[in-house]
Amino acid sequence: MSSIEARLHATNPSHGQRSADAAQQLAQAAEHHGLLDVAWTRLDSPLGTLLAAATPAGLCALWYEESRVEQFLDLLARRISPRILETPRRLDPVRRELDEYFAGRRQTFGVPLDWTLTNGGFAQRVLQITAQIPYGVVRTYREVAADAGNPRASRAAGNALGANPLPIVVPCHRVVRTGGGLGGYTTGVHKKAFLLDLESPHDQPKRAEAGRRLLDGEPIQSMTGRS
Amino acid sequence: MSPPPFSEFLEAHREEVYRVLAASVGPHDAQDCFQETFLAALRAYPTLRPDSNLRAWVLTIAHRKALDAHRKRTRSPLPIPDVTASPNGQTAPDETEPDAELWAAVRALPPGQRAAVIHRFVADLSYAQIGQVLDCSEEAARQRVHAGLTTLRKVYQG
Repeated sequence: MSSIEARLHATNPSHGQRSADAAQQLAQAAEHHGLLDVAWTRLDSPLGTLLAAATPAGLCALWYEESRVEQFLDLLARRISPRILETPRRLDPVRRELDEYFAGRRQTFGVPLDWTLTNGGFAQRVLQITAQIPYGVVRTYREVAADAGNPRASRAAGNALGANPLPIVVPCHRVVRTGGGLGGYTTGVHKKAFLLDLESPHDQPKRAEAGRRLLDGEPIQSMTGRS
Repeated sequence: MSPPPFSEFLEAHREEVYRVLAASVGPHDAQDCFQETFLAALRAYPTLRPDSNLRAWVLTIAHRKALDAHRKRTRSPLPIPDVTASPNGQTAPDETEPDAELWAAVRALPPGQRAAVIHRFVADLSYAQIGQVLDCSEEAARQRVHAGLTTLRKVYQG
């Protein structure tokens, strides 16, 4: 091979870092031009890495990663838009609220939600009713099904909750079996147990928090429904 | 069927596109051309045919953005601030361009030869693929690479 060809081959440097930096800047430019339909990022949590995605309307998906990032992005591309970019900053409010929640300093989420990924009808009603269950309170599948309009559809309610695109924020972990069994949970029922334990008032710092709120004149949520 | 998530597409092609642009317009302008290339790709992305060859598609966009950058430069009334052309230029980025003199000579080739040489040796495309990106025949791509190499050999005499 002639030396010119060899030199052309050998001396064009790789641009791994530069192109990675440029790709991050692209997300900002894309948002500026209104071309970012879905922003996504990874978030750390005590239950492992979470995948979060938001549209301009709000948070639309929150998944336990569990090696499912490809599946996550494919779903967003198919159901919302393929214009998806990794933009950690766009999801800062979600990151902050989840950090506070896991630290026991937050009981309700304020970030706007985008319900696009929920199936309509009964399933959506089940999730919206579940979204209203207060911190530290549990309801049964049957109760949630009844509130959604069909007391005999607890299995369907379970399926709707199993397909919850926004776990933790839409607290499907607060729905359990009649009789006290935990029921199922996405990627593992130990996560459900962890979240219920986190929200349990027997927790020392939480009891202090509840006491402080009582002094502030705020009502304390009842624990009815647990069992 | 929609195209794959854009973040996967970007991750798969960002390094090669950056490398081709750095070779084509120089390390200094590569950053801007990169942004323009992927913004244009993002704009057109949802309407892309599902059977499209994404690599050829994005290299074609990058090629057009590089041509624009070269045109802008030659239209500019100011002297071209291409310090990489001078071996002793104080900002010649040795780290990013190990053989800056050679690459300055590549950038000085006529547009068709320049693009063909870069896609052959930086992106390792076949002549058929080069033809696809540069919108010419396989044979024309081969001739452009050959002509480009001949010019470069004259500059360097081996």
